[in-house]
Amino acid sequence: MAQYPGRHAIVVGGGIIGLAIAWEAARRGHRITLVDPDPAGGATHAAAGMLAPVSELHYREEHLLDLTLASAQLYPDFVDRLTAAAGQPVGYQQTGTMVAAVDAADRQSLSDLHQAQTRLGLQSERLTTRSARRMEPMLGPQLTGAFLASADHQVDPRAMAAALQTALAGRPDYHRLTARATGVLSMGGCVTGVRLEDGTTVTADEVVLANGLSAAGMDGLPDGLSLPLRPVYGDILRLNVPQALRPLLTRTVRAVVCGRQVYVVPRADGTVVIGATQRENGSAGVSAGGVYELLRDAQTVIPAVAELELQETICRPRPGTADNAPLLGRCRGQDGQDVAGLLLATGFFRHGVLLAPLAARLCAELIDGAKPFMDVERYRPDRFVEEGAL
Amino acid sequence: MLQEHTQTGTPDTRISDDPQTDDEPLVIDGVALRSRLVMGTGGAPSIDGLAEALEESGTELTTVAMRRYSPEVGGSLFELLNRRRIRVLPNTAGCFTAREAVMTAQLAREALETNWVKLEVIADERTLLPDAVELVDAAESLVADGFQVFAYTNDDPALAYRLEQLGVAAVMPLGAPIGTGLGILNPHNIELIVSRANVPVVLDAGIGTASDAALAMELGCDAVLLATAVTRAQHPARMAAAFRHAVTAGRLASAAGRIPKREHALASSSMEGRPDL
Repeated sequence: MAQYPGRHAIVVGGGIIGLAIAWEAARRGHRITLVDPDPAGGATHAAAGMLAPVSELHYREEHLLDLTLASAQLYPDFVDRLTAAAGQPVGYQQTGTMVAAVDAADRQSLSDLHQAQTRLGLQSERLTTRSARRMEPMLGPQLTGAFLASADHQVDPRAMAAALQTALAGRPDYHRLTARATGVLSMGGCVTGVRLEDGTTVTADEVVLANGLSAAGMDGLPDGLSLPLRPVYGDILRLNVPQALRPLLTRTVRAVVCGRQVYVVPRADGTVVIGATQRENGSAGVSAGGVYELLRDAQTVIPAVAELELQETICRPRPGTADNAPLLGRCRGQDGQDVAGLLLATGFFRHGVLLAPLAARLCAELIDGAKPFMDVERYRPDRFVEEGAL
Repeated sequence: MLQEHTQTGTPDTRISDDPQTDDEPLVIDGVALRSRLVMGTGGAPSIDGLAEALEESGTELTTVAMRRYSPEVGGSLFELLNRRRIRVLPNTAGCFTAREAVMTAQLAREALETNWVKLEVIADERTLLPDAVELVDAAESLVADGFQVFAYTNDDPALAYRLEQLGVAAVMPLGAPIGTGLGILNPHNIELIVSRANVPVVLDAGIGTASDAALAMELGCDAVLLATAVTRAQHPARMAAAFRHAVTAGRLASAAGRIPKREHALASSSMEGRPDL
């Protein structure tokens, strides 16, 4: 039960994280003001929506499984409630993910990763290339190895963001401001609201910064708080599969192609999403070279990709942090105590869609004044101290 | 009778726990580098992971692809290198023509205020081998424009010599194609390049594991440059430490005068001249 019911929370940022937090908090009886000039227009608009704790495992980031597995477990229930509340689908599919290797070194690297996954108790099944191609006949014949991560699912982030907006819009305790927040207001060491671009201010009991990269540039953050967010651009493609070739795939296929990563995510409407590059060259436009590489590598794995209709190429920055882990929860002020009234939920990098239900629940519990259902101390937003600041 | 001992263990010849500190530094363009391991940054899993690996490697010089990383982006790689006071060697990775490479070098000079550049002109995507003709053209232009050119080149002694004659600051022959981890495929050519060079020779590309780096130093290279072998290892920091030791070990061995390779066995304690006890 909420310790402080009926509080007013401002959620800055209407991407999938901010929307999920807003909805979860509203459901718990809090009054919500969402501030975003273009909700669901950032990384959420680009993301493929893979919910893949197993196949997205990276060496030396095993600790992130705490979050990714927990959030994957929250998904079915979250989706059920959201679909019922909004009355519209979110494209949640539990069809599993196949991971394929193209050359001998790719097979070796996937085999090593499979061992690491198995050691961690994750479910990853080795397939023969023949059985992999029986399951997905559009895969090309040059596969050298394949694995099946049955627990890696997918959602359609655009559909999910739309459902969240529908579910929120129907609530009397919800307000949306189509504006950009430029800073947080404080009084006596507590955060009390936000300032908007036009100079007006909005006060609240709690401010949640879920505005991705923009969080770092907010005025009025606690002294000494360094949010090392950087843009990691991703190019991503959407293609229509002609009737004759449907279904192109029945589950998500990720592949390592001569050391490079590519994925092809089939949607219920017959289209596919192909992604994604990771660029830090500061260029926000769609990269021609990025599109070329994605298509080339996807076509190597699935030759029929060449027959698809290219519908959309877009690029968005993911908010990256130095340790690839999110900035989640409260942060300390100068007195060493947590700053009251301020919550952060950003820096989700590659995992924003997967971690949305978890971020929503944690932040809603913190707004409630309740003890969070899991310990996320190691993801504190204030864990990065500027070198030389001490 | 036992031979009389000469004086041993003068401070000048004693090997300390960290031989790196005893070695003369590698000097390029007046800059002294104590670490002979040059690190690339491509493929790093995270900024923190890279920071840890750089720390363990002991490197003082790190190369960054100007086409992949923008110095203007906050929270990026460049801030990390700045904080750690690791010198940046911008490179022209991803360039296929001399023109692109020269333009990339000029942009790097402007953005990073350094006239050092690792010149990389690639022939094709499949092999990532240097294109000798474009490389020579670009090297010539860049030297004329005042750059200190670190030329990434094939393991071709004639080409390496040509680049040196054109005025590059260092020649960087490959051990094997970039990212392959195949080690040093033609040690004889590397030795030949070293034997003729009057500029530093840095073995660049193809390194897979620690012994490859030790071999490069044993062959007489002045330094080793690697990226993938560390950044894509399962435990990058541990692999970086392994390379720090390997480069030091290879450097020591190359200066220690190895024994000749023999066809037949030779007992380490010979029977002749043994004292009668």
